[in-house]
Amino acid sequence: MKTTNRKRTPWGQSLKALLLPTLMAGSLTAAEYPTAEVNTTGLAVTDDTVTVGQLHSITGTMAISETGSVEAERLAIEQINAMGGVLGRQIKIVQEDGASDWPTFAEKSKKLIIQDKVACVFGCWTSASRKAVLPIFEKENNMLYYPTFYEGLEASKNVVYTGQEATQQIIWGLDWAYENLGARTFYLIGSDYIWPRTSNKIARNHIERYLAKKDPKCKVVGEEYYPLGHTNFRSLINKVKLKKPDLIYSIVVGGSNVAWYKQLKAAGITSKKYNLLTISTTEDELLGIGGENAEGFYACMKYFQSQENPNNQAFVAAFKEKWGADSVIGDVTQAAYLGPWIWKAAVEKAGSFDIDKIHAAHPDIELPEAPEGYVRVHESNQHLWSRAKIGKIMTDGQFEVIAISEDLIEPDPFPEGYQ
Amino acid sequence: MGGYTAQEIYSIVVMQSFSGVSLLCIYVLMGLGLYIIFGQMGVINMAHAEFLVLGSYTMCLFSKFITESVPALENIYVFLAIPLSFGIAFGVGYLVEWFLISRLYKRPLDTLLATWGLSLIMQQCFRTFIGAREMSADLPEWLLGSWSVNDSIDIPISGLILLVLTIFLTGGLVLYTTKTRMGLRMRATTQNRQMTGALGINTKMTDRVSFGIACGISGIAGAFFTTMASTSPSAGTNYIVDSFLVLVVGGLGSLFGLFISGAFLALLSSILEFFMTGSIAKVWLYLVIFVVLMKFTKGLFSDKVRS
Repeated sequence: MKTTNRKRTPWGQSLKALLLPTLMAGSLTAAEYPTAEVNTTGLAVTDDTVTVGQLHSITGTMAISETGSVEAERLAIEQINAMGGVLGRQIKIVQEDGASDWPTFAEKSKKLIIQDKVACVFGCWTSASRKAVLPIFEKENNMLYYPTFYEGLEASKNVVYTGQEATQQIIWGLDWAYENLGARTFYLIGSDYIWPRTSNKIARNHIERYLAKKDPKCKVVGEEYYPLGHTNFRSLINKVKLKKPDLIYSIVVGGSNVAWYKQLKAAGITSKKYNLLTISTTEDELLGIGGENAEGFYACMKYFQSQENPNNQAFVAAFKEKWGADSVIGDVTQAAYLGPWIWKAAVEKAGSFDIDKIHAAHPDIELPEAPEGYVRVHESNQHLWSRAKIGKIMTDGQFEVIAISEDLIEPDPFPEGYQ
Repeated sequence: MGGYTAQEIYSIVVMQSFSGVSLLCIYVLMGLGLYIIFGQMGVINMAHAEFLVLGSYTMCLFSKFITESVPALENIYVFLAIPLSFGIAFGVGYLVEWFLISRLYKRPLDTLLATWGLSLIMQQCFRTFIGAREMSADLPEWLLGSWSVNDSIDIPISGLILLVLTIFLTGGLVLYTTKTRMGLRMRATTQNRQMTGALGINTKMTDRVSFGIACGISGIAGAFFTTMASTSPSAGTNYIVDSFLVLVVGGLGSLFGLFISGAFLALLSSILEFFMTGSIAKVWLYLVIFVVLMKFTKGLFSDKVRS
């Protein structure tokens, strides 16, 4: 895997360093950027406003997960407006509800792009919804900022992926478990749909082809999938106890998560005797699971709410002020927060709202002090270079960050030999 | 099972058997309320699972209240939560029967639609008034752990309590339907409404109480399910299929059948899940059920008395 040390910015620089250049850019007036010049393709841009779309599920089963993203994007847009907007224009939002239904997502994205002529869209959450809107974004040539970590195998010029693709989350995490937990035998577990299956394929490949070279004892001792919503994991847990893996690698999602952790604990599988690493459990899920039921297990993400850097602390404070003191912020919520900032940076770099021009401007855009730490848009695939982190679950449902990848990890949505 | 010692295999057999028994209890608890409503009263209640969820929410909210206001009771509030969830689910069920179901006894297909609508309304109420996020009850530590019999055998405490609760509830229900006046009235009403009415029994009141009791039992089951699964507005969708399945396989009108079919399904899925992976085991489980229902179209133990 390629990594880079380029432009590494230490955390802890003052917020000013981030805000100063942006404030200066914000002070540019719209008059310096006449509408006729910055908008040659008929987007909804006037002399003092620009309209963007927001497309998440507000109702239905996905509403639980997507609400955090909606809130984060709104917060970012509000902050950008307070700084003077984008090219001197205030951002207006047209929000549509995908209603947890993929054809509805497609229909609403058409409405946003064709009827409202939005300058870009922040939205989608599940891969299924992204796949449903993708042909429309490509045909109508608009830009989607997509926040969720996902299985990869995609790189559209009309999508900016602000979450991790699968290899960014999996490979470094497995290496970490190999080094630090002495993991040699692995039990892979997932919910039965594309993301867990693809992710475990990548994990298995890494264990069998790379880790096994370092130590021939490395092997996968089990790989299993359970339907979404499954609530009885007792048989699986007994199998895990029989095989005694060094590491339980878990990609269980949604409501099943709660049943999974509670039953693990009830069967005596706790962090005292077993190691478990997950890439699907964030602060959001822990609300339902209860930290005490998963205490001491590990998660590999690129963001944890408890990260101690001034920008994250400012972000968490602003988020709680706007959306309530009880709010929790998971990995995806932070990734959603990055979307509007990346778009703003691209528009200002291009000096234009035109989709082709911001596409050309995306490579190498940096957010030096994003809440998660420094990130940069990839040279070619519109994913983010970012650092992976390992968090240890605490009883209060937060994570203690115990490891951070030294280098930025390159997004590699089409990994060789992993398919 | 090459490579494992006799001790390991023995431990796994013990734990897997206990898992099977726990699953049997879950099936029975899911089915009990439905046995009264569907099996006895003949109402296809699509909102059955929402009463389970109502019990779960009662448990969660009550635990929140206890930890915030009366922390002294933290360790034992579970025992108070059980009658409370019964009471709340009973009350809601009583009202639902009064205002909705009682008007539909002669129109079984409309009941299907009406109760499905009711389930959507209840889900949306949970979402609007309690919140869309998943909730978790703060359960006392002693309930969550396991009892380590020896190094390799861990028996979940919640599983043991589940077993006791199931025996208690089923026993109670058997006594209720066979030994009490209300229970006899319920059975008489479901067998012949007109005749029972002619004998001077208030059949409407009987229906209301029966429906309420069924919902209350589901509420208790739901309260207990918080110890092992999630509570969210749409959690009911995880229960509804299994509830109907266990009842239909057992034969609608028989409590004994419910037990046997629960045991049959639990045994089957424990064995299948152990030797196959999760999703495939589910496919085989449904295939076997399909074949069983082809052979016994009225379930394993259908009520032979009815004409």
